[in-house]
Parts: sequence; C-alpha cells; structure tokens
Amino acid sequence: MAGQSDPHFSLFSAEELEFVAEDDMVEIVPNLKMDALNLISGDFGPFVPQIATQVPLWLAVALKKRGKCSIRPPEWMSVDNLTQVVEAERESQEMSEKLPFHYVEISRLLFDHARDDIPNVYMVRSLIEDIRDVRFHKVRTDLEAFNGRTIAVKIKNLSAMEVNIVRPFIRRALQAFCKHDSPELIPEPERVADKRPQVVNNAPRRQLRR
Amino acid sequence: MASSDAEGLSIPIDDYETLLSTTDVELLKRAWRNEKAAPDILRFETDLIGRIREQIQLMEETAEEKSAAGVDPLSLSLYQMDLDRAQFLLRSYLRIRIQKIEKFVFHIAKTEELWNKLSREEKNFARRCTEDLKQHLEDSVLSKLPENYQSFQKQSVISEEDDMIPEAQLDTFVVCRSKEYLTGIQLEDGPVDDRSMLFEMEPGVLYFICYKSIKALVESGKIDLL
Repeated sequence: MAGQSDPHFSLFSAEELEFVAEDDMVEIVPNLKMDALNLISGDFGPFVPQIATQVPLWLAVALKKRGKCSIRPPEWMSVDNLTQVVEAERESQEMSEKLPFHYVEISRLLFDHARDDIPNVYMVRSLIEDIRDVRFHKVRTDLEAFNGRTIAVKIKNLSAMEVNIVRPFIRRALQAFCKHDSPELIPEPERVADKRPQVVNNAPRRQLRR
Repeated sequence: MASSDAEGLSIPIDDYETLLSTTDVELLKRAWRNEKAAPDILRFETDLIGRIREQIQLMEETAEEKSAAGVDPLSLSLYQMDLDRAQFLLRSYLRIRIQKIEKFVFHIAKTEELWNKLSREEKNFARRCTEDLKQHLEDSVLSKLPENYQSFQKQSVISEEDDMIPEAQLDTFVVCRSKEYLTGIQLEDGPVDDRSMLFEMEPGVLYFICYKSIKALVESGKIDLL
C-alpha cells in the first residue's frame, strides 16, 4: 500500500533513542533558587544554590543551557574508569558491564552541552570513541559466527545504539536462515533428480508485470 | 550511574516496589517501545492511556494558571518541556497503532482476537478504513476485472484462502529483554531438529529471538521489546 512501504517503521531513530536516554538521572549543582517541580515524569528539586540534586538528563541540559547549573558527569565517565573499560573491552570478547545502556547517547549529550563540566574532556571523548570502536568490532566478529543453527542470539550488555545498528542485519540474517531451513522449502530428492521447476508454497503465485 | 527502573542494568526488583516507583510516563514509554518493536498490534493500554490523558490535561491547566499568575518563566518552560515529552510519547504511541491498523486493517477486522485489542476509537477508525479501502479497490481496479477476480480478499474464486489480505508477519526477529529468569520457552521456529529444544532467558540480557515464540510473554508483560 502506498505510503506504508517503509520497512523500518518499527525501528527507533537516533533521536528517539536520545529521547529515551534523556530520562536517565544525572546529578546537577544548581546556582539558582527554585521551588520543587512537580512534573508528570516525577517530582524534582527543590533547587538550592550549591546543593547537588538528581534530575533527568533533559532537565539538566535545559538548566545548563540557560546557565543555571553545572552537571556532574556520571562516575562511569571518569578517565580512570574509562581506561579500565577500554582495557577490559580489548581483553575479552565479552561486552563490559560497566557502561549504562545509553552510554553513547548520554556522553554525546554531555559533550554537546556540558563540555566545561567534564574534567579532561578530550581524553574522555577519545576514550569513549575507542570503546565504541572496540565494541562495534566485537559485535561484528560475533556476527560472523552465525550459522544455520542459530535460532536466537544472546548478547550481554549490548547498548541501545549498538542494538539499533546491528538490528536490521541480524534480523534479516536470522530470518534468512529460518526460511532456508523450513521443511516446505527443502526440495524432495527425487524431484531434484527430475530437474523439474519447483513450485514453492510461499513464493508469489503470480508475477505482476510492471 | 543510577539508571531508572525500566533501564535497570540487571537488578531484579520486587514487583510491588516497581509499581510504587514507576510513573505512568515510564509505563507509557514501555508500552510505546513494545508497540514500536512488535510486528503485530498489542492490546490497547486503556487504563494507562486514560490516566496519562488526565495527567496531561491537569498539567496543561496548571501551566496556564502558573503563566497567568506570573510564575518565573524558567520553571514555566520546564513544565512545558515535561508536558511536551509526555505528549510526544502519547502521540507516537497512538500513531504507531494507527499505522499498524491501516496496514493490516482487513486482517484485524476479520480476526476477533486482534479486533478486541483495539480501543473504541480505533475500532471506529478501522471500520471506516475498511469501508473506504474496499470501496477504493473496487472502484479503481476490481470492478474492471473479470468476474472471477473481483474479490478484494482473494486473487480469484479458486483461491481457497483469503490470500490478498496483508497480515503481520509473526516469524520476524525482535530484540527483547526479560525482567526475570524465564525457562522453558518453546522455540517453534528453529531448525527442525531443534524444535523440541527449550530456551531460557536470563534477566537483563538481550536476545534476538523469533517474535512468535515470545509473543505470549510480551503480552503478559514478562518480556520487554527494545
């Protein structure tokens, strides 16, 4: 049907993933006084200068943009921790569990809006890029191990963005394996000897001309 | 990094506690994600959507009052942002459902199980959609074909089934995550000799798996799609 041909309509866009990540909590230090906010997504504040408080990332970024707070980068974003993660990622084929599900989106948002709040921002940035590269490489080599026996794939600690990137490929690959394994499609031996054209159950019955 | 419950890395939380600490927006987000990732239409979240609608309306009124009372523009804009986020989720949720209904309308209309998953408004929409689409197909093409080929449901009168009705493909693969330890999941769609094999799921671990085999678990809320 026209207008509905988009095969990816059920996938999440990068913006949607960012939207979801913006609900993760982060610590801010406000520099203004403001009453507590009773929002649909929860109650936050009250905001008192120099008193740290937890808010969702979207709220933190909104305040930061207006110069009303500084954001405390989460612990996992420290140079120490990231260095350890890079090493762990390089050493093992397993994905590190020390990163949050939305680490790509969160770090990206903080780099874009709160650079001045991140100590050693260049270092942190390049470490995160390294981690991303190592992890993507691992996922890719994992995928090479697929074969006809694969009926489900289990991946520990894969992050949201990584899921989104490998999803179309894994989905099609598994589907293809499934399809080629299905008994209706495996031709019976005597027929093959005949070399008669196979009429296959699921194939389109009638080719439409364009 | 303290992440919210739904995003919890792998901490199994008592159901009651989850219920207390989970906001409706969080629940809507889960419903939205499931609906986006599932190939077929899920049950309409009547109660949840009702509550969210009320909250949005209430918040709109509060924001208006605040604006009239001259509350500082900063907190007002934050209330507005929060409102926008909730509304985005609600709209997106409803739109995905409408997309699915439009796409599979004939199949949904003739399958009672699916039909009952729609809300009242969606049923009205689906009825109008069926009529219009049928009318359109008949006017533009079918009425000009030979008599045997005039059905919108079948290729021709000799078709045994309704083979011209698109329906959701359930044997597609989805990404999912379980909240608890699950065992004994039957993988119906595996290669023939593996069919009897039962599958287990650890909490918090991601799986690419055939939707058909976990459909019931998604519907009962044990598994979330991503």
